[in-house]
Amino acid sequence: MRSLARNPSYLQVTPLALVILLFLLFPVITILVVSFWDFNAYQLIPDFIFDNYSFLLTSEVTLKAYLKTFFYAFTTWAITLSLGFTLAYYLAFYIRSPLLQGVLFVLCTVPFLTSNIIRMISWIPLLGRNGMVNSTLLETGLIDAPLEWLLYSDFAVVLAFVHLYALFMVVPIFNSMMRIDRNLIEASIDAGASALQTVFQVVVPLCKSGIAIGSIFVVTLVMGDFITVRLMSGGLSASVGVLIHNEISLLQYPAAAAGAVVLLLTVMLMLSVLFRFINIKKEL
Amino acid sequence: MASSTRKPGFVPLTVLFILFLIFLYGPTLTIGILSFQGPNGGLTFPMNGVSLHWFRRLFETQQVGDFGGSLSRSMLLGLAVMLCTTLFSLLAGLAYRRHFRGSTGLFYLTLVSLILPSILISLGIGIMFDRLSLAPGWYSSAFGAHLTWTLPFGLLIMFAVFNRFNKAYEAAAIDMGASAWQTFRLVVLPLILPSLIGVGLFGFTLSYDEFARTLMTAGTFNTLPLEIYGMTTNVTTPVLYALGTLTTLFSFSLVTLALLGIHLVRRRRRAAALTPESTL
Repeated sequence: MRSLARNPSYLQVTPLALVILLFLLFPVITILVVSFWDFNAYQLIPDFIFDNYSFLLTSEVTLKAYLKTFFYAFTTWAITLSLGFTLAYYLAFYIRSPLLQGVLFVLCTVPFLTSNIIRMISWIPLLGRNGMVNSTLLETGLIDAPLEWLLYSDFAVVLAFVHLYALFMVVPIFNSMMRIDRNLIEASIDAGASALQTVFQVVVPLCKSGIAIGSIFVVTLVMGDFITVRLMSGGLSASVGVLIHNEISLLQYPAAAAGAVVLLLTVMLMLSVLFRFINIKKEL
Repeated sequence: MASSTRKPGFVPLTVLFILFLIFLYGPTLTIGILSFQGPNGGLTFPMNGVSLHWFRRLFETQQVGDFGGSLSRSMLLGLAVMLCTTLFSLLAGLAYRRHFRGSTGLFYLTLVSLILPSILISLGIGIMFDRLSLAPGWYSSAFGAHLTWTLPFGLLIMFAVFNRFNKAYEAAAIDMGASAWQTFRLVVLPLILPSLIGVGLFGFTLSYDEFARTLMTAGTFNTLPLEIYGMTTNVTTPVLYALGTLTTLFSFSLVTLALLGIHLVRRRRRAAALTPESTL
């Protein structure tokens, strides 16, 4: 007990702890409690019923939304992983000047600091029915009629996800690659491994924690998203986040809360697999 | 010397990297160009003349809701989040240099805060305020919601900073008779200043651009991202692009300013250092 008064850490960590308590723990507990409540058109009714869950879990809409969301998450994950790994590999092993490396790294990260919504909107003049892609393809005679699936489609949603979240893969993978002892690469090549064998049997295992961290970001961002799906599918697709958002707009908070709890459990289940690969504290 | 020993695959990988940069910046540049459309121009090419028409329209209130108000709210909120993120992360970073009870639990909760879907935080805080009969506001509930997103980043950066921190400098200061405060103020703080600028920049831009966590927590008055989202559904003129161009330029100048600040701090330190190895 003496340490409690003596150790300044307790005082220093108080602001962080308060924010976590008030704006993370309490809200999550609120959601959990409210998900068992009843509601009508005007108000929430404190109760302990499973109706919200039984409705949610037996509805075909939910199943479809989950399948769609898994599809988005998996496609985006596969594309950002292969793209992010290749780009990080290029930055880490092909660019020798630390200055150029720094500049290129900053170039890759700056868009992360600009507005996501604006970055989504900026695809419209490119992909729209009369957009640049369609008019170029029409002019060159490659197509006879404008492609309809470029905008407001699953293609547009995944494209936007890759555009928004690729750097969440590049950064942690680059970070792990920079820590690889360069002698190991030389040893692998001296031992007769081809370049590809070196990549897959030496580099990949050594940056698996970077890959896992990037995957955690991409998977959680896509699983919880609703605005990208709403904007880029033009309201034609419903992901889990869109369903929750719709229930919020209709003020059906208990139903939205139940949806949020199930989403949370799903995401946690997916992450528990990824967290096996990393020791976060060691990564910093 | 380098060019003769280029590794195989250099050319295709360089091409891929350049294509990625075009993919990253191309769309933003496109709307940047289109925002200068003439008064009769539409949402896509061709350009129908060149003008500043849509930028002027942006500042007429009836055109785009409450652009000025939402901008100033987002700025104030961003500044408050920036200050608190920097201060709280620094304090927490210092706290984690010693062992204290509950440290592991709090660390994992902070990670949860980072990976919890934003819509959950938004919904949770929204219902919590509703149940407590508190009116949500951009300066209260949205402020807290933003901190749950920026503080984990800040804490992780501080961890990375203190993991690489050479404790010999502190020991030397104490040996020479500096008090704890003097050691912090004159030795530790200048050494970690570049990273603190980085944390501040992160705090501001993450808050300034945050949409999902603000959705249910902003209350009556919109922040800028909410205003932009509203515009996407009912504005069909290049005024939308003008707004996008302005906010992107604003974010870019902030990043440039922060990078410049970090660079200046580092250069001053290098100039002040007597031996080359005393730089961090």
